[in-house]
Amino acid sequence: MVSARSVSVGPGSLSYTDLPWIIQHREDRCTLCGHCTAVCPKEAIYLAYRRQRMPKLDVLKKKRGNEYRTFVGIRQRKNMANACIGCSMCSMVCPNEAIQPVPNDNEHRTLFFNNQKGVPTKRGGRRNKTGSTLLDRMMFNRISMLTDPALDAGRHEFNVTTTLGRTLDPAEFLKRTKEGGWIPPTREIFPFVIGSMSFGALSPNMWLGLLQGVAYCNEVLGIPVVMCTGEGGCPPWVLKSPYLKYIILQIASGYFGWDEIIRAIPDMQCDPAAIEIKYGQGAKPGDGGLLMWYKVSKLIARLRGVPEGVDLPSPPVHQTLYSIEESVMKMIQTLSTAFGHKVPIYPKISASTSAKSVLNNLVRNPYAGGLLIDGIDGGTGAAFNVSLDATGHPIASNVRECYLDLVKQGKQNEIPIFAAGGIGKNGNVTQNGMALIMLGASGVHIGKYIMQSAAGCLGNERNRCNVCNVGICPKGITSQNPKLYRRLDPDLVAERVGEVFMSIRTEMKKIMAPLGRSQSLPVGMSDALGIVDKDVADRLDIKYVC
Amino acid sequence: MCRLALKTASDPFSPYEVLTAMEAMQEGYDGSGLGLLLRGLQFDDYKYNPKNPILSGIAHSEKAWHRLNKFMDERGFELRYDHEFETQAGKIEAKDRYRYFLRVYKMPATLAAKSEEEIETELMMTRLALRKNGEDHGNDLTAFSFWPDVVTIKEVGWPLDIGDGLGLNDSRIKSRVCMAQGRQNTNYGINLYACHPFFIQGIASMTNGENTAFVPIRDWLLGKHFPGYTGYQSDSETFTHILHYTLKQLQLPLQAFKHIITPLCNEELANHPQGEFLTGLRNTCRRLIIDGPNAVIATLPDESCMLVMDQKKLRPATVGGREGVWSFASEMCGVDAMIPDRDPANDFQPMREHTIIVPPERKELTIWSQHDPYPLDQAA
Repeated sequence: MVSARSVSVGPGSLSYTDLPWIIQHREDRCTLCGHCTAVCPKEAIYLAYRRQRMPKLDVLKKKRGNEYRTFVGIRQRKNMANACIGCSMCSMVCPNEAIQPVPNDNEHRTLFFNNQKGVPTKRGGRRNKTGSTLLDRMMFNRISMLTDPALDAGRHEFNVTTTLGRTLDPAEFLKRTKEGGWIPPTREIFPFVIGSMSFGALSPNMWLGLLQGVAYCNEVLGIPVVMCTGEGGCPPWVLKSPYLKYIILQIASGYFGWDEIIRAIPDMQCDPAAIEIKYGQGAKPGDGGLLMWYKVSKLIARLRGVPEGVDLPSPPVHQTLYSIEESVMKMIQTLSTAFGHKVPIYPKISASTSAKSVLNNLVRNPYAGGLLIDGIDGGTGAAFNVSLDATGHPIASNVRECYLDLVKQGKQNEIPIFAAGGIGKNGNVTQNGMALIMLGASGVHIGKYIMQSAAGCLGNERNRCNVCNVGICPKGITSQNPKLYRRLDPDLVAERVGEVFMSIRTEMKKIMAPLGRSQSLPVGMSDALGIVDKDVADRLDIKYVC
Repeated sequence: MCRLALKTASDPFSPYEVLTAMEAMQEGYDGSGLGLLLRGLQFDDYKYNPKNPILSGIAHSEKAWHRLNKFMDERGFELRYDHEFETQAGKIEAKDRYRYFLRVYKMPATLAAKSEEEIETELMMTRLALRKNGEDHGNDLTAFSFWPDVVTIKEVGWPLDIGDGLGLNDSRIKSRVCMAQGRQNTNYGINLYACHPFFIQGIASMTNGENTAFVPIRDWLLGKHFPGYTGYQSDSETFTHILHYTLKQLQLPLQAFKHIITPLCNEELANHPQGEFLTGLRNTCRRLIIDGPNAVIATLPDESCMLVMDQKKLRPATVGGREGVWSFASEMCGVDAMIPDRDPANDFQPMREHTIIVPPERKELTIWSQHDPYPLDQAA
């Protein structure tokens, strides 16, 4: 046994098997081209020169000695700051399939060291909960078999749009029409909305690609997709363009970017699709937005009206005079007025046991145009691990109880509920979204799914990548570093956006046709849903099947 | 798929004629129910004053029968005529039918003095209370309608057997309008209240095919908290209530019904002269959009008759006839059976945008299209 001092390990020393991802490198295939080390966003691997001693014993000559050989190869760093994130960029660029990260199925000890320098770890991405979700397990089982034949998804006409914005009670609508009163604005949109991801959280190329894709969906494909800016404003050229009508502008507690927006109002060619007031986010309820300093580039700083290179944490709540209810009421009314009462205004809250109170508050607010509820499986650009992992409320039961509350009051057509958080988490985006629609949502917002499907985001629920917060996104989706975001071709993103929404539209028809539905989105058609879980079925008031 | 037949004529005729037409369309129903609704009544043994309400239903036991008498007495309705059906034993499948009733009442003087709306409410509430009374006593009392000049008969079985079983072939009852449905039982249990036509405050409708948007529509109607929006043993009852909501609550013209249940699509609305108003109407009544392979046939208190198709028009219905007599049927052979002496070249099968209206004077059909300008000042 050697003395402790001669062993170069400390309390924080880690071995390969302590890391979440282990690099497998085949020296027999490596050409030492250096692509992998150059592309690695974490500098987790490096080219190393090693010397190997070869003991040499010549028995006949009775001589013993050593020979030495040197070799080069790729090695993995073992400190927390450079721990591999499993993004696999190395294997993607390797010409000889010589390298790849593999997930470590050991209980890796990095979990105990994710508080370096006294700061708890933050990450971007998701909740990291693997396995099928409750939404994945929903079945559409009211299949038209007898009197009402199933429809032909390929040949019938389908109306798959939804209303964004407040709708009046029919009697009130007729009264106001007759008297020339104010009819609250509404938009007819595709029920899958690209959720709020800010210009700042996303790279300029990603944002441009999404916007191009959305415009293509609307103007060429006839799919009225809209996207939300997230907190952080909107590039001025977009504000003054005819594409603004496809954009939901978000205002959040940091009010970033709103100087530019307000200044652009007189020059706007059209109204935005809507205004979203963010009060909460499913991934980190009770926490404000966070754009870490790495991503506050010159462009972002200019748009947001802040200095470069500083953290931009938004407060958890909006500045209020007295109460949140008062703030909600005032903000909705103020923003409605700012846009001439021609733009739907709705709040976004994190799913919560108190969501019903917010909803009922909105029911009585004539300017409120809907409610977006974001569940615990929602994504984020940056949040503390503990917020992402343990804070929040699943979306399904929250949406369901809010919808049923509206049904009791006969108001379900007046205030549309939109749902977000984990839709398409395992790829089943249409199935997940339609299940929520049948539970009572008028539409859903998708964020992570669109990043994964349209731009090839590498993140997954096993904590792969998930470094959106620090601006080193290896695909250039969430980075403000030109070297990184130039990796992303906006045209290709736009093409994928078109493909994704065409496919969702087809899948929606394939879900609606067997149910005998084609004329309107089956909002609240809970008789079509079943699940192999009695408790869930009881909670959601849907059929238990087995 | 249920079969539907309606005949409307200036001269009263026997409902048996319509039952004969049902026979012609026999492939389509399975004997799980017949519903008949008559308007413009004429009894050969009683001179009926069409202002007096008629209560239609079934007492399933003697006890229920006595309770009914007591209930109506207490409510102040005075019996004027009690139609005795010439029942034929063995023709009716069900065994618990103590008495079919079709009774004309005189309204209490206090009620007759009230406004039309109050009278309509009281008549509806009386029917609902009777229905509840039956439900509270093991379903021993069934009340279908209680309204001036309207008779409703519903029974489980084959239409002609029921007609024979109730003696409808003796022409003691005649009417100017007769609606009939031969039921094809589908997802729901056999229940007398599930037979069409459905009735609420003078408005009646019947439908073939299911309404797959039933649950959201039902939920929305229940949210209106209007006492008559209840029942829903059949998904098609929602059509009657939507029509009631359109005409009575929103006070819209009959044409609005089609715009509410099957609104034009976005592109069509953009080209409509009142597109903005109709888009607003579509949005505000969005939860009432139906979905199903349906023909909806309805009649109103003024004896107007209406036929509309679902947007998909998977089950084309036909209208035919001549001045003074018209018929709607879910199958062309039904029209043939009801009015053989007509020019079939003038038959019309409405397309998805059409509303067919036979006005009370029965001179000619009105074929109204959703693409036509909307006839209302709200849309101006």
